[in-house]
Amino acid sequence: MTTLHADAVTAGYGPRTVLDGCSLSLTRGEVVAIVGPNGAGKSTLLRCLAGLLRPRSGVVRLDGVDIGALVRRDLARRVAVVPQIFDTLFPFTVREVVALGRTARLGTFGGASPADRVAVDRAIADLGLGELESRRIDRLSGGERQRAVLAMALAQETDVLLLDEPTVHLDPAHQVAMLKLVRELACARGLAVAAVLHDLNLAGAMATRLVVLAGGRVVRDANAETVLSSELISDVFGPGLAVGRHDGRPVVLPIP
Amino acid sequence: MRTLTILGILAAALAISAAAGILVGAVAIGPADVLAALFGSNDVNGTIIRELRLPRVLGAALVGGSLGTAGALLQGLLRNPLADPFVTGTSAGATLAAVTAIALGATAPIVPLAAFMGALVAVTVVWRLAQLGGSTTVLTVLLAGVVLTSFVGAVVTFILVSSDRLALRLRAVLGWLQGGVSVISWEELAVAAIVVAVGLGFALALAHRLDAYAFGEETAATLGVDPDRTTTAVLAATALLAGAAVALAGLVGFVGLVIPHALRFAVGATNRRLIPASFLGGAVALVLADLGARVVLAPAELPVGAITGLIGAPFFLALLVRSRQVVV
Repeated sequence: MTTLHADAVTAGYGPRTVLDGCSLSLTRGEVVAIVGPNGAGKSTLLRCLAGLLRPRSGVVRLDGVDIGALVRRDLARRVAVVPQIFDTLFPFTVREVVALGRTARLGTFGGASPADRVAVDRAIADLGLGELESRRIDRLSGGERQRAVLAMALAQETDVLLLDEPTVHLDPAHQVAMLKLVRELACARGLAVAAVLHDLNLAGAMATRLVVLAGGRVVRDANAETVLSSELISDVFGPGLAVGRHDGRPVVLPIP
Repeated sequence: MRTLTILGILAAALAISAAAGILVGAVAIGPADVLAALFGSNDVNGTIIRELRLPRVLGAALVGGSLGTAGALLQGLLRNPLADPFVTGTSAGATLAAVTAIALGATAPIVPLAAFMGALVAVTVVWRLAQLGGSTTVLTVLLAGVVLTSFVGAVVTFILVSSDRLALRLRAVLGWLQGGVSVISWEELAVAAIVVAVGLGFALALAHRLDAYAFGEETAATLGVDPDRTTTAVLAATALLAGAAVALAGLVGFVGLVIPHALRFAVGATNRRLIPASFLGGAVALVLADLGARVVLAPAELPVGAITGLIGAPFFLALLVRSRQVVV
């Protein structure tokens, strides 16, 4: 049962080709980490999966349907995205931000139905934002804000959740907490999750599968045990990294 | 609940300020005579109230409401609390088109249409500039507004001096460029009211999509908003409202900037609440500003744009200084 499937996607910006024939399948209940060195095309791949960037060739299908053929409103009911940058100069409250997740389901004049309110309440409860719901989003800490944005994406009640470096503004403890939460939600609700991650160890610990990008191509698509090997890591990331073991799991260490 | 209370207060404030605007004027008329005049007495008082003060107050309310709403729309679209039709040059574009139309002999229904087209061109240029991106976006937009406004000022002055049209000379008494709501006919008012109603309807329907815009166009897209269609609709609604305001009153500054900004503290950032509040708040502000324009130096009259500029410009500067770190 494939939910989201990228088939030989080539994409880029202007004359620059960033992705070169990438294929990737994402099924419900799995958490796929997209990893790779800077400039490998991780965020570009995520943007293609989200329908934000149209591939030059190849196609991204959602249950067999080309997502380029879906209108935004329909796509937003199936695929949610947690963006890397989430800033505003306006004083939106946490609850208002979470409610934005319902945008694709509101009536003409933006009226919310009882189902909308239930979804917002549930997303707020899921992420433990009850105490913060009337605080301003621009006055939260990085970790709190990231939880609010994840709650917004959950309120969309989609099958697919895409995250673009969801841990980039968080300290190590919050990074672990954030990804644990994502993983639990993926299991509990049968979400198909893909996340661009920089930290290979977090990716290895949290993801059910790692997709390694290098130079715009998928060079490996496998579990952590297979991907986090000395040969592959030095091939893809270059020298300066060693792979050891901790608690029976491979661990990548920087060697200065 | 809180929002309804605030909207109720604003509506009450509008009713009271409108009543004050009708009661107060160069000729002292008692409240009883004003009531009699409103309901049809045919003496001089009747003419003053029905043909001068009432259309003037209604016109001020329409202009203020339009500017407040257009300001909220532009701020939402540009994701920038320092935007409004005046500082972005949108009103200047509308002014140029309206004055040109009048100079060429256009009458009431055509003038708002011309103003709309002028506003649409100007606001689209502003949007394109903002799209160029980079860290200088906000300043670029404001700078473009300054340039456009002074260019239009020069052209309009040229047209006013060289034209022999009565309508232009009448308006020139208070000045297109300083903003004034003194010479509004019922015909103009009716046309503008229809345009404003359409613009406001658009704005209300777009409100929840603009909320998603606050976090960037791409995030809006992933939330289910079609960016191209929404942008086009917001630009059109802004142009309708700013165009109607200019057709009635010329260049009135800062209402669209100050009102949505101030009301965000009361009703929050959500546009479904901010837009109706900004319409009512803008209407109250301009009815009061027009009252002030008539009273402050009575019997002499100030252009209403002088009052809004006097209050709005320092506010704008304070805002610019306060938000420099974040937006520039």
